[in-house]
Amino acid sequence: MPTIEISCVEVWREISNYLDNEISAELRERMEAHFKGCAHCTAVLDGTRNVVKLVGDGKAFQIPDGFSKRLYRKVQKLP
Amino acid sequence: MSVTPSPWRRNEAELIESVRGGDREAFYDLVRPYERMIYATAISVVKNTADAEEVAQEAVLKAFSGLSGFRGEAKFSTWLLQITYNEAKMKLRKARPNLYESLDDQPQNEEGDFWPKDFADWRPIPSELLEQNEIRQAVHDAIDSLSPCYREVLVLRDVQQLSIKETTTILGISEGNVKTRLHRARLLLRDSLAPGIDGCWIKGQAYKKVRPW
Repeated sequence: MPTIEISCVEVWREISNYLDNEISAELRERMEAHFKGCAHCTAVLDGTRNVVKLVGDGKAFQIPDGFSKRLYRKVQKLP
Repeated sequence: MSVTPSPWRRNEAELIESVRGGDREAFYDLVRPYERMIYATAISVVKNTADAEEVAQEAVLKAFSGLSGFRGEAKFSTWLLQITYNEAKMKLRKARPNLYESLDDQPQNEEGDFWPKDFADWRPIPSELLEQNEIRQAVHDAIDSLSPCYREVLVLRDVQQLSIKETTTILGISEGNVKTRLHRARLLLRDSLAPGIDGCWIKGQAYKKVRPW
């Protein structure tokens, strides 16, 4: 059975769910077929994937120096 | 079929028991692995480091005194982050009582479709770029500029890599809302971080844009 075509707008709507694997196998197949022929959507997909990678490297939120020490001092003071 | 708890989880359950038995040292061991998560959750709401630290401390103290109320229905970390999130919200409410629940905190046009601003074609990011302070700062600023409802979901899901289910528990919103807001957050970040808008990722290298018009 041929894959049913999907529009760019529909693809953008599902890009995040696609990355999280939160879509049906059928939709995944349709999106993959679309990416093969659409440079713009592939660019949006790659960019979004890169964003997830950049954000997830854990370095955007560094704990301030001495954070642990001050935290445990507070616990120590508890009655 | 019974599920054997992982050594880590069993260890955590033992630590909880010790704390309940009055062992304060065990509480440090229990909380230590989550310090970073507590801090990131707090700062995703209150936005400044001093307030985030205060929220983190208050949340940890609350967790300590409320540990008897922890029933193990959710993971300990989820419970801890839920307390942190609620503390942070409370702090905001105290700081700006009139602005609480402001329009700024509501998702905008959540049902509508999101149109990417740009079709910039990102090359795969060389890993050494992640080590550059300016990139780190750019990512931080971009996250900071998101509306709170998007920032909170993004910080839990993508920065802390929590599951959708954990995120729904901590924020008290539906799975559908988590997905929609995360989607919007990621695309907004893509727009603000896409190379070529504010210059190139790599200085001195020409950047090729792909535009449909």
